Amino acid sequence: MRAVVIQFPGSNADFDALHTLRDVVGVQTSYVFHKTPTLPAGTDLVVLPGGFSYGDYLRCGAIARFAPVMADVRRHVERGGLLLGICNGFQILTEAGLLPGALSRNAHLRFECRDVFVRVDADGPFTQELRGRVLRLPIAHAEGRYQADEATLQSLEAKSLVAFRYVPATTPDPRAPANPNGSLHDIAGLYGGPRRNVLGLMPHPERMAEPLLGGTDGRLLFHSAVRAALAR
Amino acid sequence: MRAHEPAVTPELAREHGLTDDEYALALKAIGRTPTFPELGVLSVMWSEHCSYKSSRVHLKRLPTKGPRVIHGPGENAGVVDIGDGWAVVFKMESHNHPSFIEPYQGAGTGVGGILRDVFTMGARPVAAMNSLRFGEPTHPRTPSLLRGVVAGIAGYGNAFGVPTVGGEVQFDAAYNGNILVNAFALGTCRSDRLFLGQAKGVGNPILYVGARTGRDGIHGATMASAEFEEGAEAERPTVQVGDPFMEKLLLEGCLEIFAADVLEGIQDMGAAGLTSSTVEMASRAGNGVELWLDRLPRRAKHLSAYEILLSESQERMIMVARLGEEQRVLDICAKWDLDAQVVGRVTDTGRFVVRATDGYDPLSGEPWPAESPVVVDLPVGLLTDEAPMYSRPCVDDPRLTDRYGVDATGLPFDPRADLLELLAAPNVGSRAWIYRQYDHIVRDGTVVRPGAGDAAVVRIFCEDERGRREKFIAMASDCNGRFCELDPRTGAAMAVAEACRNLACVGAAPIGLTDCLNFGNPQRPEIMAQFRDAIDGIADACKALDVPVVSGNVSLYNETTEASGPRAVLPTPTIGAVGLFEKVSDVVGAGFRTAGDHVFVLGPHGNDRLGGSEWLTRRTGKVCGRPPSIDLAAEALLQSFLVRAAREGLLASAHDCAEGGLLVGLAEACILGQSGAALALPAQYAMTPGGLFGEDPSRVVVSVTPYVLGLFAQRVAEAGVPCTFLGRVGGVALTLADVASWTLDELREAHASALDSIVGR
Repeated sequence: MRAVVIQFPGSNADFDALHTLRDVVGVQTSYVFHKTPTLPAGTDLVVLPGGFSYGDYLRCGAIARFAPVMADVRRHVERGGLLLGICNGFQILTEAGLLPGALSRNAHLRFECRDVFVRVDADGPFTQELRGRVLRLPIAHAEGRYQADEATLQSLEAKSLVAFRYVPATTPDPRAPANPNGSLHDIAGLYGGPRRNVLGLMPHPERMAEPLLGGTDGRLLFHSAVRAALAR
Repeated sequence: MRAHEPAVTPELAREHGLTDDEYALALKAIGRTPTFPELGVLSVMWSEHCSYKSSRVHLKRLPTKGPRVIHGPGENAGVVDIGDGWAVVFKMESHNHPSFIEPYQGAGTGVGGILRDVFTMGARPVAAMNSLRFGEPTHPRTPSLLRGVVAGIAGYGNAFGVPTVGGEVQFDAAYNGNILVNAFALGTCRSDRLFLGQAKGVGNPILYVGARTGRDGIHGATMASAEFEEGAEAERPTVQVGDPFMEKLLLEGCLEIFAADVLEGIQDMGAAGLTSSTVEMASRAGNGVELWLDRLPRRAKHLSAYEILLSESQERMIMVARLGEEQRVLDICAKWDLDAQVVGRVTDTGRFVVRATDGYDPLSGEPWPAESPVVVDLPVGLLTDEAPMYSRPCVDDPRLTDRYGVDATGLPFDPRADLLELLAAPNVGSRAWIYRQYDHIVRDGTVVRPGAGDAAVVRIFCEDERGRREKFIAMASDCNGRFCELDPRTGAAMAVAEACRNLACVGAAPIGLTDCLNFGNPQRPEIMAQFRDAIDGIADACKALDVPVVSGNVSLYNETTEASGPRAVLPTPTIGAVGLFEKVSDVVGAGFRTAGDHVFVLGPHGNDRLGGSEWLTRRTGKVCGRPPSIDLAAEALLQSFLVRAAREGLLASAHDCAEGGLLVGLAEACILGQSGAALALPAQYAMTPGGLFGEDPSRVVVSVTPYVLGLFAQRVAEAGVPCTFLGRVGGVALTLADVASWTLDELREAHASALDSIVGR
């Protein structure tokens, strides 16, 4: 099992992904610089990390899709390799057309960083045996409001591609609504790709993978991905 | 004199903020009339902001040495050893005036500046905090200033990728016309891989790296050295504009250049930009520098030498590379898409020499002129060590003690309603609306998040050839300006004590402090007396608690000219404290944890003084009353006990009683722990406003698991720390026998609503 974390200029949760995969989950993981034309041979999992790629100028994730490394990332997906886009990575996936829809400014127009609850609503390589479980994961974004036209939403629901949905906490906080950004259908994460091998989500599983940081729910996604990669 | 430049006259010097005496001193030292660019250089280097001319005589009294101190004040940031070959690098700095004029950019570039101060020393920033002061919650400008400042800090820090893990905010009418934005940053590096701001090695090339130079921020340092007149918004062009993306690239580029080991020195271009950075580097190395402005990367057309020298464009670095290693630097900059250029060299003349061709603009596409004329030639010493220094007159405010005489007996007092009112007060309740806008968890190091403990706790990854290790540090920032107003020396000592107490509450021992000293106009003797006394108070507390000040910043002229006369901010010597843990299991939270745990209040019983408290300020509408005093020896005992108890695992929770007093401290421990408590105050606690809501220092609410009670009691007795049993944790209400009871829900809702009145829900 081999994972890589792509470093775009402005990526800043690249370390979080590297640390969790390498030090917590125990996967051989390295950075790949955005100007590198090819992924290392034998790459099983590619992570597009959180951050502000290219400053998020123009639109979040809009420029990263043109990075030299992205052509090989697409080939990796076509081969059935795993691709995980977290936060800015999810934004890049939608801008690159690897996932449908768009992530627009949070409904309240502020950056928001706090824990949220999401329910696993779809099976796939990152959520094996997790369907129906509610996970506590942190968010940290200003543009996480998932939007798509009605036909796209219907198609996502019909194909059961909505991987994660925001759900209420057991003790509701009026100042911290369950859906933190106004996402349509409470969508927090989506599956895509030829074999559901692409996952994009706004919450940060790599920041909730150690008891020290407040919880381990995020680790479940990585363990599932490891099992999926080893099974291939 | 060159085309388009005004003639340098005494009037022009005055417009540049130089006094007649200072201008005369300059004329005498130079032996001729300065050129226009030289006048600009003199004005910024001799400004209060750069020269510390009013504060230097007092700052010398601060204790700055200690066994862990690697670099104290004088470098870009302080450096403290955390063991195993690793160090933390930290500093706090103000960006008050720009943030009042343009809150988003002002606050954002404040963050950017302090981050550069840290990474210019070779350290990767791993945590940030901020200390904010705004006017009254009901002041018409407060909501927009609060929104703008918080969004500005978030916009910069979040994009850069540093977790903003803590801080504080207070509201008081004294800040109506002059808010405070103090930004703190902390980085980590190997203690043998530090980089200093030195222009070492005659003949070495000087490189410019980062954003191109524009006209933004010209005379920012001078603006920060004058009080506000009405219509200060007209100063907007002097506020810098930040680009956190550029800063992120600059960070990564710099770290890679550091690792290549090709530099002799590096400094960021902060206040007074290119001028200040190169002059200070030359001064520290005892050398001179020569700059070639024709080659300088720029984004605006037709920049004059004067403008280039004074621009405060952000995200720029000056590096001195070893001769022959320029290309390595340029190559790494190319990798990170950073502009870089050799723009001068180190000389042995001890002079600051600038060459520029009048009318030449590289943006025109023309090649550089082979040789350009000298437009500035000044001794480095005149701009640094020999800059004017003042021992300004200090006169205690004779009316100060008049404000002590306040009779609280007639004021309405209802413990039940008053606690809920205080919890919902903007100065006391939840700051979630603020810290949720900061990415406080990036880099996977945040162990105690903002709002969850008395200090933030951050994990540091130390990776070197010996492997990967984790270390844990705590940080807190504190200052109660009301106490400093009523008694500057005691108030400043209490700020140090509180910041360190907050570290002790989470289980960390303090290893160093940074200070950000915000005061009014130093030319007013009563302001200077406040400053003098505050320095003494900080020094008192540092000595008692055995912790050094390793870096800091002075911000004067924080006052507004009003029709009734000058109005200064509350004297606000903000303290940022950093502590170190022995092991991660020492970390203690602030909230009650388990039903049945015993609740105690540690620390000497105070004198129930209400002066300067939130309760009294709300009741009287002014900062008044006799403020609390502090017994620093008792404080030191308390803090060392807390750290020791944490290391022995004796504390289930620990929480300092600060704004709002004892009852608020108890309620906060309930809210944070989502647990009630059944408590009774012993007889020595008077059922008076002073007893319940007075803000005596040195008091900590702790909870202790029953099975360690015996050892806890033994340790308390050995340490000689006063300890009062209050009751037990449990239930869904806070009950204070013979006083009142509050459900957890109503406490939580009151606390959560604190900023609603300013920013809405």
